[in-house]
Amino acid sequence: MKRLDTGRREFLQRGGALVVGFTLASAGIAQQLAPAPALPGSLNNNRMLDGWLRINADGTVTVFTGKVELGQGILTALAQIAAEELDIAYERVEMISADTSRSPDEGMTAGSLSVENSGTALRFAAAEARAMLLQLAAARLGVAADKLVVSDGTVSAGAAQATYWELVKSVDLKREATARVQPKPPATHRIVGKSIPRRDIPKKVAGGEAYVQDMRMPGMVFGRVVRPPSPRARLESCDEAAVRALPGVVAVVRDGSFLAVAATREEQAIKAAQALRASAKWTEPADLPPQGMALFAHMQKLPSQDSVVSSKVAASPAGAAVTTVDGGAVTTVDATYTRPYQCHASIGPSCAVAQIKEGKLTVWTHSQGVYPLRQHLARVMRFTDANVTAVHVEGSGCYGHNGADDVACDAALLARATGGRPVKLQWMREDEFGWEPYGSPMVMKLQARLDARGQVVDWRHDTWSHPHSTRPGGAGSNLLAGWHIANPVPMGPPVNSAQPAGAADRNAVPLYEFANQRITLHYLPEMPLRTSALRTLGAYANVFALESFIDELAAAANVDAVEFRLRHMQDPRARAVIEAAASRAGWQPARKGDGTRGRGIGFAKYKNLAAYVAVVADVEIDRRTGNVRVVKTVAAVDAGLIINPDGVINQIEGGVIQSTSWSLKESVRYDTQRVQTRSWADYPILTFPEVPAVDVVLLNRPAERSLGTGEGSQGPTVAAIANAIANATGTRMRDLPFTRERVKAALA
Amino acid sequence: MAIEVEVNGRTHTVDADGETPLLYVLRNDLQLKGARFGCGLGACGACTVVIDGKAVQSCDISLAAVAGKSITTIEGIGSPAKLHALQRAFLEEQAAQCGYCTSGIIMTAYVLLASNAHPSDEEIRAALDGNICRCGTQARVLRAIRKATAAG
Repeated sequence: MKRLDTGRREFLQRGGALVVGFTLASAGIAQQLAPAPALPGSLNNNRMLDGWLRINADGTVTVFTGKVELGQGILTALAQIAAEELDIAYERVEMISADTSRSPDEGMTAGSLSVENSGTALRFAAAEARAMLLQLAAARLGVAADKLVVSDGTVSAGAAQATYWELVKSVDLKREATARVQPKPPATHRIVGKSIPRRDIPKKVAGGEAYVQDMRMPGMVFGRVVRPPSPRARLESCDEAAVRALPGVVAVVRDGSFLAVAATREEQAIKAAQALRASAKWTEPADLPPQGMALFAHMQKLPSQDSVVSSKVAASPAGAAVTTVDGGAVTTVDATYTRPYQCHASIGPSCAVAQIKEGKLTVWTHSQGVYPLRQHLARVMRFTDANVTAVHVEGSGCYGHNGADDVACDAALLARATGGRPVKLQWMREDEFGWEPYGSPMVMKLQARLDARGQVVDWRHDTWSHPHSTRPGGAGSNLLAGWHIANPVPMGPPVNSAQPAGAADRNAVPLYEFANQRITLHYLPEMPLRTSALRTLGAYANVFALESFIDELAAAANVDAVEFRLRHMQDPRARAVIEAAASRAGWQPARKGDGTRGRGIGFAKYKNLAAYVAVVADVEIDRRTGNVRVVKTVAAVDAGLIINPDGVINQIEGGVIQSTSWSLKESVRYDTQRVQTRSWADYPILTFPEVPAVDVVLLNRPAERSLGTGEGSQGPTVAAIANAIANATGTRMRDLPFTRERVKAALA
Repeated sequence: MAIEVEVNGRTHTVDADGETPLLYVLRNDLQLKGARFGCGLGACGACTVVIDGKAVQSCDISLAAVAGKSITTIEGIGSPAKLHALQRAFLEEQAAQCGYCTSGIIMTAYVLLASNAHPSDEEIRAALDGNICRCGTQARVLRAIRKATAAG
């Protein structure tokens, strides 16, 4: 066996030349002549190879990602990708997640984009690093690079061997990626495509420290916040002195209408917060919107920013828009659908640890975006960005923009008063329900015309909605406490992401082929109750409306619901998931329900960009109580190249169950002044006896790029349930949620 | 005030007010982090522990009320090196997403299996009625518990 000397001298003579060569070809001259070439995924904004990967002499590889573990298994999937492309054992990979002191800036972990963005970057970065190592090994071993075989980091040509762990001393990854090395063809994958067990689960089943909620630091104190009683209430007075005198109290912070306490023991902090709340006097406007169905009429009268997000007009011989294909009879169908304010409702209330030492703030946070959080936190704290570090630590389940960022700001403000001691601040349950940003209420008005053959010739969809992203990032500060302090930093103007992804209008544009269509968004930027990103943004409600309406049109045309979809769908991958779900469920065309049992289907390609998902739901309705039970669901999924099949199944199952809960049970309660949803009694979610069976069918397409699945099944599920209820009872439910009271009333 | 509690077979003396919810004593005094704070009202099950053989929400019972009683937390039924059959089944079935509710669910299932080694699907679901999961892993959790009963 030939062992190689990989000392520094040789690096300077040979490896160094390699690095210089690359540098001249890519970053150096090229950058002066033209804008930097586009690189795949998040490599484009984080262009240095060593920002993604470090190959360590001790036989491990450190992978850095700006994406965060939310229980969706992303760190496992990314480790699989890195191990695959590097040809090393999966166990060698150590993952470093979002941390403003050392990870790439990948913005938010959101939008089912982590595999597409971070995974793609890693594939190319790792493939390029592997090629560099092989090029060096080829020179050392005196054989062509394509004659080398790599097995778990050992490069060999016959008996001659070198390992990455030796070679790495002579390979400098501190240079810009070129993305010129193609990642492996999927047919050769050995680690990608396997259901590798998640790396975060062992500590979660054995009771270990797993969350920011579990952190303990020397000298740490416990904090609680006292929020105003309603969104725009202002603090008039409170008895800080009395609270300071309570056992264990370390600090009481009063800054404008922001109130928080810190104590040496957690239960002391809770008692102090209760006492502070009891002593506080507020002025409160009564400015919340109308409740129940009145909300939706009100929303349609609010000042709106209107935009046509998609328009298609069929050409006709006369040059005018046609509304019929053959001049035959036309049937016009209208329907209006609604979705109320809904909650993230994580099981664990939001939490953060903050410490200020020598003018520098560090927060440990379960934020989805540590860099945007740092920027807005710095503005509220009047710190420079450089003096703020935000480190991601897992929290309880994250389904979008919840209280994670806000509680980090609360903890930071409180940390100013604890004399350098770290403070862990967790919200109480009522803080979470009362102050998390909600999923926006929405109104969807649909109208379509069918020709004599039962084909849709014209499709209109109007959506009214408040914002779906008021996350940190951009102008101002989107941190709650920043609006309440005496010297506030107001919220920046909300932005609705453009199509094709869209936000409020997400999935409002049908994937079906209609000769004429017009999709209009009526965007309501004012927020009487704060709204932001809740899993799928507007897609859940738009797909509910679109796919319910498709069934209403199929019924009007007297065509089976699956058949009607296929008649209007060209996209072969969409057709394949619809057919796969129907086939797995044993779909019987045009079969009517029996009054209490029924079946329905729903389909969407999330964002019209991510995974294709079709769901078939079987429901049973108790006509006496109005209770809807979703008994069984089948979900067919095309997510392109699948990195971790069980991870995809887990996301799809979870999405089906969560959407079933949203759809049957959930809406935020409020009166003219205050949010009245404060506990689980006010906001029941689906329980174990109520959860449906979920059967997931994966259509793996290794030659296609990976498509996000985290938000793929929610829209199709609500539509499948609504369609199943209509199939069972002949009654169409158009207003979410389908509570017992509503269903009972509709069936009466 | 010094109060003695027996947790996972060991007696501890805790210097805390008797009104302190057991959950904070477990998490902060005894450094047993498996029981999680979810609601503080005994309504979500994330803090479930076993007290004298019964599944109890530790956020909703005071330290004084458990003095002299035998408390078992998830750390007491198995360790990462030697997992309990339920913990092993949860790992094998990957029965978690965020996992915040997992400890409480396992402890509720532990109590169920102690009195009913081979529960039906309906019995498992009914036993877990007070444990909510927001990520939607219930289908996996049911598979894991069925697996553990088969193994046991």
